[in-house]
Amino acid sequence: MQRIRLRYTKRGRLRFTSHRDFQRAFERALRRAEVPMAYSAGFTPHPKVSYANAAPTGTGSEAEYLEIALTAPRDPERLRVLLDESLPTGLDVVEAVEARTPGLADRLTASVWELRLAGVDPAEAERAVAAFNGAGGVEVQRLTKNGMRTFDARPAVASLESADAHGSAADGPTDQPCAILRLVVRHVTPAVRPDDVLSGLRAVADLAPPVPVAVTRLAQGLFDAETGTVTDPLAPDREAAATEPHPADATAAATAPA
Amino acid sequence: MPVESVFPQLEALLPHVQKPIQYVGGELNSTVKDWDECDVRWALMYPDAYEVGLPNQGVMILYEVLNEREGVLAERTYSVWPDLEALMREHGVPQFTVDSHRPVRAFDVFGLSFSTELGYTNMLTALDLAGIPLESRDRTDEDPIVLAGGHAAFNPEPIADFIDAAVIGDGEQAVLDMTRIIREWKAEGRPGGRQEVLFRLARTGGVYVPGFYDVEYLPDGRIARVVPNRSGVPWRVSKHTVMDLDEWPYPKQPLVPLAETVHERMSVEIFRGCTRGCRFCQAGMITRPVRERSITGIGEMVDKGLKATGFEEVGLLSLSSADHSEIGDIAKGLADRYEEDKIGLSLPSTRVDAFNVDLANELTRNGRRSGLTFAPEGGSERMRKVINKMVSEDDLIRTVATAYGNGWRQVKLYFMCGLPTETDEDVLQIADMATHVIAKGREVSGSNDIRCTVSIGGFVPKPHTPFQWAPQLSAEETDARLEKLRDKIRGDKKYGRSIGFRYHDGKPGIVEGLLSRGDRRVGAIIRAVYDDGGRFDGWREHFSYDRWMSCADKALAPFGVDVDWYTTRERSYEEVLPWDHLDSGLDKDWLWEDWQDALDETEVEDCRWTPCFDCGVCPAMDTNIQIGPTGKKLLPLTVKQPAGTGHTH
Repeated sequence: MQRIRLRYTKRGRLRFTSHRDFQRAFERALRRAEVPMAYSAGFTPHPKVSYANAAPTGTGSEAEYLEIALTAPRDPERLRVLLDESLPTGLDVVEAVEARTPGLADRLTASVWELRLAGVDPAEAERAVAAFNGAGGVEVQRLTKNGMRTFDARPAVASLESADAHGSAADGPTDQPCAILRLVVRHVTPAVRPDDVLSGLRAVADLAPPVPVAVTRLAQGLFDAETGTVTDPLAPDREAAATEPHPADATAAATAPA
Repeated sequence: MPVESVFPQLEALLPHVQKPIQYVGGELNSTVKDWDECDVRWALMYPDAYEVGLPNQGVMILYEVLNEREGVLAERTYSVWPDLEALMREHGVPQFTVDSHRPVRAFDVFGLSFSTELGYTNMLTALDLAGIPLESRDRTDEDPIVLAGGHAAFNPEPIADFIDAAVIGDGEQAVLDMTRIIREWKAEGRPGGRQEVLFRLARTGGVYVPGFYDVEYLPDGRIARVVPNRSGVPWRVSKHTVMDLDEWPYPKQPLVPLAETVHERMSVEIFRGCTRGCRFCQAGMITRPVRERSITGIGEMVDKGLKATGFEEVGLLSLSSADHSEIGDIAKGLADRYEEDKIGLSLPSTRVDAFNVDLANELTRNGRRSGLTFAPEGGSERMRKVINKMVSEDDLIRTVATAYGNGWRQVKLYFMCGLPTETDEDVLQIADMATHVIAKGREVSGSNDIRCTVSIGGFVPKPHTPFQWAPQLSAEETDARLEKLRDKIRGDKKYGRSIGFRYHDGKPGIVEGLLSRGDRRVGAIIRAVYDDGGRFDGWREHFSYDRWMSCADKALAPFGVDVDWYTTRERSYEEVLPWDHLDSGLDKDWLWEDWQDALDETEVEDCRWTPCFDCGVCPAMDTNIQIGPTGKKLLPLTVKQPAGTGHTH
């Protein structure tokens, strides 16, 4: 059985796709692309797909991951193109590697987020960020299925800084100010989401963006304490493929164009 | 004039509403055409929530038929939930299409498909959000033509004030004919404004423009006559009938939503129309004659549709799917073809007498063996003669015995309460039927672990049926009768625990009855209910019977009629019915005879296998029955090239 790991996005208006919505769309895309899926045993067999850490509904993402199990080997890149064509634009499959190492989920320990606060003066955002970073703890509340719960959003935040406007995706000039924040959050329990950090900024510095903040997950991976950012979670599989080609793929690698 | 997308304004509201994905569009197989390259533009609405509206076949078909034409564009819009409605009003965001988020008011035609009358208040919400005046007479050349279609449009009188036009019957050809007329009128520079284009549509005889007709009333409140108020407008407007379904293989590319919807399957309409002649069934009466899609046409649609969608279930739709002349070969052919792909088949409506175990086995071969549903409709033999549902209790017991004997554990039976001439005894016999079903099931399966669910709804008399003259049973009597039935089932020590009982109270049925057989005076009630906040009347949590009744009391007071007058009153032969000027092809005298036959408990056969009964449709509409068998079979498809292959292994 071959396992393929994919990175996909939720872009533009399709960031409003919930995880359940994505699952149904993805399983249909597998059918349209005629992927030889392995099915679970049981009364209602389901294609074997493992999803990891889905971004909340309404937030964009450049770095969502999943793994599928196939009954017959496929070239990961060809499979990626087929799946990408079978999904609506915005749900884009951008990377595919054959799983050569265990534990993809174990390598997703932190996320890098971009928060665009339209209508917020960057200097004001800067002050709020400083107050957040300087606080020993930042109590926030979130409505969960079990009612309102209160927790400390500060410890999970590895870094929060205001981003250089030139360094991020440009939206073209607008007449209103826009503060852009870059956030690195470690995946802990209970999970701390970008929304919770925004609640924290409101709690410590009264930062209240006039319109909904556009939140995008830029990357997900193993948290590197030294650099304060994350490493590519598919890199170990790619390296393994390069150094020890799979026997079944030996011929394929020799003849298939890159 | 460029028409801007309102998405930027909408986007800011979406984080604050439930299930925002339903408002963003981008469905697989949706179409976005260049606004400026099209000269006739349709906004199509199913006036209910996205989750109900998106899978609607009618809208999907017209969306594709229109978008396939050069220079024509169609986009979709659905009812927004009250949370978004409030935000849209607060921020001035108009009713939008989900395809390109264009404001509905910018289109040439705003077409609404009404499967049920309970969508009328949602139409008013959409009009108001769109900035289109609610009443036709207040609209200007800046407003689209507001057009009603769908089964409820066969009596559009209750919404006559709010719509500019209505089309009855099959929409495929009708929307193209209308498009041509609108295009010509626009090309000429819109001479005469909207009145002129409405007149050009009306004079074809296939588009009803309520504004061109006056209704005159008798002193007792009944209608004296409905009369055209300008020359050139026909006295009666005809329904549209598409004759060869194989020429219209739509939808070819069914929409696949991201949001969860009520039906997620590849649906193929295997035939249209029904001549079984069930007297309560409006759909069966107004969609005559029967026109089958050929087995090969069905096979092709399923093949293309599954490839285009990735759905894992195929629904073979019609009013009574097991009646297709080649249903056995269709089911077997499809089950064979998709055995490997785990594609399930479903037949949403199956008659007891058309069921057989071979068919049932084909249906469940690749999927789950869920419950079987049958609709005897009437509990007593006498009742079934009245409604012309020619199924005997022996038929039913034989069928369920086969089902239980072949491994099914659950059978659902659907009935109606409040049918003409019905007594408590007729309804109580439903309990007897259910106990006989359980007794037989236990006997043939050798198990006590079997169930039968009785599901029962209130009967609502509908226009263009033999029961259009019948008194509707009041909500109180309906509820009392259902309680007696419930008590009888629950009181059965031996079988009661194996019988599930589901019923709806009689109140929504009274509102539906008021709207389905109402006339233009009922429009004031709809308006008052809307003004008072009435929305989503098909949803239990939003529906308010008390609001409807108090609005009706006020709105009808000046006319000397009331809700009972519209619902529980029996009509006489002479009475001019509000929909008499809308021609469904059915001969009114034939309908009356059939009503008399009902009262005499006389049954009428199906004209597919007996001589014609002169219902009038074929000669009036220049149509005829189109059925097989063709004798053809579904061939296996050629071996498919699997994904990602092509490199050497």
